[in-house]
Amino acid sequence: MRRNAKALMVLVLLLTIGVAACKDKAKPPVARPMPPPMVTNTGDPTRPPDPPRPVAEPVIVPPMPAEDTIGSKSIDDLNRDSPLRPLFFELDSSDVSTDGQQVLQANAAVLKKYPGMQITIEGHCDERGTAEYNLALGERRALSAKNYLVSLGIPADKVKTVSYGKEFPFDAGHDDNAWKNNRRAHFVITAK
Amino acid sequence: MTRASVLLKLLAALMVSASALVVAQQPQPPQEPQQPPKQPTTVELPPLVGDAPGTQTRIAVPELLALSSDRETTEAARVVAQVLWDDLNFEREFYMIPRDTYKTIPAAPTLDMVPYERWRELGADGVVIGTVQKVATGVRVELRLYDVRARASVFGREYTGSAANPRLYAHYMSDDLHESQRRLRGVAKTKLTFSSDRNREAVVGTVEKRDVKEVYVTDYDGANPRRITINRALNVFPNWSPDGRSIVYTSYRTGVPDILISNIYAGTMEIPTKGSGQNWLPVFSPDGTKIAFTSSRDGNPELYVMNRDGSDTRRLTNNPEIDTTPTWSPNGNQIAFTSGRTGTPQIYVVGADGAGLRRISQESYADRPTWSPAPYNEIAFSARSGPGFDIKVLNIGTGETRQITFGEGTNESPAWSPNGRHLAFMSTRAGKSQIFTVDRDGRNIRQITRDGNNQTPNWSQ
Repeated sequence: MRRNAKALMVLVLLLTIGVAACKDKAKPPVARPMPPPMVTNTGDPTRPPDPPRPVAEPVIVPPMPAEDTIGSKSIDDLNRDSPLRPLFFELDSSDVSTDGQQVLQANAAVLKKYPGMQITIEGHCDERGTAEYNLALGERRALSAKNYLVSLGIPADKVKTVSYGKEFPFDAGHDDNAWKNNRRAHFVITAK
Repeated sequence: MTRASVLLKLLAALMVSASALVVAQQPQPPQEPQQPPKQPTTVELPPLVGDAPGTQTRIAVPELLALSSDRETTEAARVVAQVLWDDLNFEREFYMIPRDTYKTIPAAPTLDMVPYERWRELGADGVVIGTVQKVATGVRVELRLYDVRARASVFGREYTGSAANPRLYAHYMSDDLHESQRRLRGVAKTKLTFSSDRNREAVVGTVEKRDVKEVYVTDYDGANPRRITINRALNVFPNWSPDGRSIVYTSYRTGVPDILISNIYAGTMEIPTKGSGQNWLPVFSPDGTKIAFTSSRDGNPELYVMNRDGSDTRRLTNNPEIDTTPTWSPNGNQIAFTSGRTGTPQIYVVGADGAGLRRISQESYADRPTWSPAPYNEIAFSARSGPGFDIKVLNIGTGETRQITFGEGTNESPAWSPNGRHLAFMSTRAGKSQIFTVDRDGRNIRQITRDGNNQTPNWSQ
């Protein structure tokens, strides 16, 4: 029953957002011919009339996640569309790059906001290394990410690591893009 | 000892007839490991040699004579001859005359009516002639090697057992024949283990679609595949115990890599690490009492050695970079491994006590060292060569490296056969990851697996 109630709430929320979006769509900005501007300049007759105002385009604002989006989603749904972003690595490297630090800072912010959240960091490698060595490399990638999170104040006991080496590639391709995509620390939420 | 084998021994005592015919112990059913057959004879005959010095002895294996006409027996007669030919051919110790060249030579109606003239005409130095007979316990297979010029049996064996797996009789005969004729330890009875996704089950508990990998065992030639693990998880890097009764491997059964031992005939499992830390790539020491492995329990992948039961764990390496992929020297007093301490993965050797570290590879990327059995003092490994890897062999004595594969797909994870004459490895040359075997000189490449993706082979003793 509680699940149903929750589901209903989410549904209502979604419908509301949907209706709001429909309203915007239903009223596109329309240009109408305007009568010539009335002369209202009484002070300075030499001043030219004001230019016509541009037609304002309504700004599209992506719907903000409701405050309890993370709280209300199932763990599987969270992991399908994770609030925690993956961290990518250079070839044969487990060093966290500057971009990577920003990713980890954002992930740390999420973890701090939801102190109940527990995660496992999976270390992954591209197919160009050996299966054996990649298991160690993946573990170092996961540990690098974990150590950085811990340095940002995330308790170490909330973060587990596991290396899958090159066993579970995210991209089945065999090119630079696929390899780049597969050299990662992937964040899996295990409890919230 | 089973009642059947006691019976067999009694029967065997009555059966010794020809001077060279000795009776082997009954091969147990294929699922049980085999004890080496006892050889209750002191008769020593000179080994069969070829006609001309320096040439290979030429051997023919015609179809065995089925002494009963039921389907099981005739099938066994057909299978044993073909598999024996394949087994003997695999070691390349004899020149095996192609079997289709002597289909017209009539089978000997009895063992003392061998058409020697016809075999001589074919250029055979030796011919293996045998019979299969249905008996109460299954089948009795009698095999003899005849010297065509001397017109005499130079070697004979009789095997009795189940008819369920006739290939086993050929494997026994091949190993016995190599032993008696060449003092060579054949590999016909050995097995391969490897990791495979062929059962196509998905890992549970992940939102991504991930295939499990389970540990499998096959005969050395790929026949009789059997699944060992049923974890529905990743089960990788299997490694045989020296007695061939256990396989130690890396399992993600609990979500993280840990070391499991499956006792494959007892159907039991051991967890030596008792769940301490993450542990992977276990390898049994040559005496089976210890396991070397990689672990990140102290915060970085390092090498450790523990007793088989998990006691007395010692750390072997201490370096901020990766140390992994151990392999034991044949006498167990050294360990070769891979380290990234100079920036790229390279092969190093260290004493089993942690002393005497030295680097032995000069590649752009080298991994999976695997130490050959004596008398060869070599280490095979995977070396990066362009986009993929090739198998190379380093002679530790001379420091010379030779290449076994040459860029057909990627070639990784070499494992020696127990006699050091062959290697098993993973290759993508046929598309997916498959297990292949190759001889130590790079010849005789054979594809062993075809179903699913198969990787990280290891060869039983």
